[in-house]
Amino acid sequence: MDFDLSKPQKLLKESARALLARECGPGRVRELMETETAHDDGLWQAMADQGWTGLVVPEEQGGLGLGLVEMAAVAEEMGRACLPGAFLSTLFAAALVERAGSAEQRDRYLEPIAAGELRATVALLEEGASWEPGGVRLAASRDGGDFTLAGRKLFVPDAGVAGLIVCVARDGDTLALLPVERGAEGLTVTPTPSMDATRKLYEVAFDGVRVAGREALGADGDPAGALAGALDAATAVLCAEMVGGMQWVLDASVEYAKTRQQFGRPIGSFQAVQHMCADMLLLTESARSAAYYAAWALTERDRAAGLAVSMAKAYCSDAYREVANRGVQVHGGIGFTWEHDLQLYYKRGKSSETLFGDATCHRERIARRVIDGGSAGGPKR
Amino acid sequence: MDLNLTPGEQRFRDEFRAWLSENVPGEWKGAGAGSEDRAEYIEYLRDWQRKLYDGGWAGISWPKEFGGRGARLMEQAIFQEELARANAPQLVGTIGLSLVGPTIISLGNPEQKARYLPKILSGEEIWCQGFSEPNAGSDLAALGTKAVREGDDFRVNGQKIWTSFAQLADWCLLLVRTDSEAPKHKGITCLLADMRAEGVSVRPLRQMSGDSGFNEVFFSNVRVPASRVLGEVDKGWTTAITALMNERANLGTGIQVVFKRQLEALVARSRTVERGGRPASEDPLVRQKLAQAYLELEILRLNTNRALTSLSKSGVPGAEGSIQKLYWSEMNQRTQQYAQEILGPYGQLKDFDRGVWEYGYLRTRGNTIEAGTSEIQRNIIAERVLGLPKSY
Repeated sequence: MDFDLSKPQKLLKESARALLARECGPGRVRELMETETAHDDGLWQAMADQGWTGLVVPEEQGGLGLGLVEMAAVAEEMGRACLPGAFLSTLFAAALVERAGSAEQRDRYLEPIAAGELRATVALLEEGASWEPGGVRLAASRDGGDFTLAGRKLFVPDAGVAGLIVCVARDGDTLALLPVERGAEGLTVTPTPSMDATRKLYEVAFDGVRVAGREALGADGDPAGALAGALDAATAVLCAEMVGGMQWVLDASVEYAKTRQQFGRPIGSFQAVQHMCADMLLLTESARSAAYYAAWALTERDRAAGLAVSMAKAYCSDAYREVANRGVQVHGGIGFTWEHDLQLYYKRGKSSETLFGDATCHRERIARRVIDGGSAGGPKR
Repeated sequence: MDLNLTPGEQRFRDEFRAWLSENVPGEWKGAGAGSEDRAEYIEYLRDWQRKLYDGGWAGISWPKEFGGRGARLMEQAIFQEELARANAPQLVGTIGLSLVGPTIISLGNPEQKARYLPKILSGEEIWCQGFSEPNAGSDLAALGTKAVREGDDFRVNGQKIWTSFAQLADWCLLLVRTDSEAPKHKGITCLLADMRAEGVSVRPLRQMSGDSGFNEVFFSNVRVPASRVLGEVDKGWTTAITALMNERANLGTGIQVVFKRQLEALVARSRTVERGGRPASEDPLVRQKLAQAYLELEILRLNTNRALTSLSKSGVPGAEGSIQKLYWSEMNQRTQQYAQEILGPYGQLKDFDRGVWEYGYLRTRGNTIEAGTSEIQRNIIAERVLGLPKSY
C-alpha cells in the first residue's frame, strides 16, 4: 500500500503551484473578483497550455487522459490560490459529456474544452435548491422529435462565461441532458451576486429554447447514472480544491501566530492559539486523506467510490468552514477585514460547502448506504 | 498512490489470517469488566500469548536476531488489524512487546537483551511501565521517585500511579530521579525493576467504569542492582522518549477494527429502538449521527494508512502518533455519546448487550486523558509539526 502521491504526481502539483503563484496571485484574484465573470482569457490560456483543461479528458479528444488523483493534485493548488473562474464548472460539464455523450458529441465538445477554447457548465438546481435528481422539475417537453425548455435554473456557476450549458431537465420518469449553446434563442443568463465572488452564480432562464432530439446527451443510455458519475467526479475534485484552501488558511494562521506579538511574546506561544492551530492541522490532514481517497476510488472504479465521495464532501464541507473560522479567530481583527486575503478563503469555503451538496446532504447519502444498505458497507480488504 | 495491498502484504495477511483461524481461542466467557485480576482469565491470556510465540507471531516488529520477524510497518498494521478482525484476546504482555522490548533492543547491553527479551516474547514475564506519578502526569519530567546509589545497588523510594498491568507484572520499566540538583530532564535514570522484590506493593485503582486496569505502585527501600540501569545513569529521559515514541508509533492500527464492530452493532440496534413511532434508524437526526460516526471512522483508517506510508518512507516516528491519538480518542468519545443518545435508557443498562454501551461510554471518558491528554497532543502538534514556540 502506498498512500502518497507518486513522483510524477508531485512534480505536477509543484508545477501547478508555481504557475498559479505567478499567474494568479492574491492581487489578480481580487481584480478578477471585481469583474462580471471572474474569468481571465490569459489565465485560462496559461492553464490550457499546461494541459489542465484536458487533464482528465480522454486522449482521443485531445486531452491528457490522466486520472482524478492527478486532477486532485492540481485542484489542490487551485484551491490554495483561490483560483477564480469556470475551471470546476467546465470539468463537471466535460465529465457529463464524457459519460453521456455519443462519440460525435464527445468530439464536438471535449476537443475544444481540452484545447481551452470552450468553457461549459451544468444547469442543475432549481427553486427547491436540491442536489438530488428528484429536485429536477424543469420540463423538457417533446415536440415531435425535439425538446422545448421553458422555465429557469438557479445557482448555475459560471454560466456567464460558458459557451455550453448542459441543462438537466425532466423528461417524464427520466432526465434529459440537453446541451444549450451560448446565444441560443430564448436563453437568458442573469448574474445573482453571491458571497463568494470568485465563483459567480447565475439564473439561467429558458424561454422556449429548442434542442433537437438527437442533440440530447445519453438519450438512449442512462442519463441519471451519467449525471451521478459526473457529479461524483466533480465533487471529488472540489474536495481536493477545498483541501488546498484549508492548507492556505492553516499556513497563513501559523505564520501569523509566529510573528504577531502580544504581552511581549508571539501569540503562537499561547496554548489557546496553539490548540486552534493543531485542530486546523487535524481537520486539514483528515480532509486531505478523504479527498484523495475519493479521487483514487473513482479512478479505480471501486465499488465504494460513491460512498468515498460522500465521506469526503461531508467531511471537507464541515472542515473548511471550521478551519476558516479558526483562521479568522487566530488573526483577530485583521482577519475580519476586507483588506486581508483570509476573507477570500472564508467565503470560498462557504460556497464550496454548499456546492454539490453540503455535509447534511452527503451524510444522508452515507446513511442510505450504511444503514439501509444492510451491512456497514464500505470497502472490504 | 495505490491503496491496494502489495502482493507481499497480501501474502503476509493471508498467512496470518490462516494461522489465526486455526489458533484463536474461544471468547472468554468468565467475565467482562474488572476481570484483569482473575487468575483463570490471566492464565487464558498467557496461554494465548504463548501460542502466538510458538507460532512465531510474537513481537513481529522485532529484528530477527532477537526472535522477531523484522516485520515492516505495513505488516505490523496488518497484524494488528487481523488480530482485531479475528476477535483475538488482548495480549497480556503488550507493554513488554510494544514498549519495553523495543526500548531494550535500542538501548540495552548484550546481557540485558539476553536476559529479558526472550521472556517478553513468550509472555513468561509480564512488564509494566512505571512512568506517571501523582505529581508528574503531563509534566512527566517532574517525577520524584528517588533512587540513591549504595555500592552496587540503587535504593528506590517513591510512588507511581496509573500503572497498567502492575498487579500482574514481574518487571517494571521504572523512571527514577538520581540527581535532584540537575535540571529536571537531566537527573532521571531508567531502571529495570523486579516487581517481586521486597518493598514493592501494588494497590489497584478502581475506575469510574468499575474495573481496575490501573494501579498505584509503592516503592519502599527497594533494592535494584546497578546492572539493571537501562541506558546511562542520569540519561533516562532519552530512554523515556524512546519508549514513548514506541508507544505512539503503534498508531492505533488495531482499534479501528474494534470501533467498526462497535458501530455495526450500534447501526443494528438503531433498528430496534424507536423514535416518533418508527425505528430510530429512520429518524433523520439519528441517521446524520450514524453517518458522521461512520465517516469519521473511515477517515481514521485513511489517516492511519497515510501515516504508515509516511513513516515507512521516512523511518523516523514524528508527530504522527499524536495526530492519530488525538483523532481516535475524541472520535471514540463522540461515537459513544451518539450511542447513548440513540439507545436512551438502554444505553445505561449493565445487562443490555452485556453492558457494552454502559461500559463503553464510561471507559471512553478516559481515552482523552491516558497516554497523553488531548491538550498534550495538541501541544506536541503545535510545536513539532507547526513549529510554534514552546508554551511552557
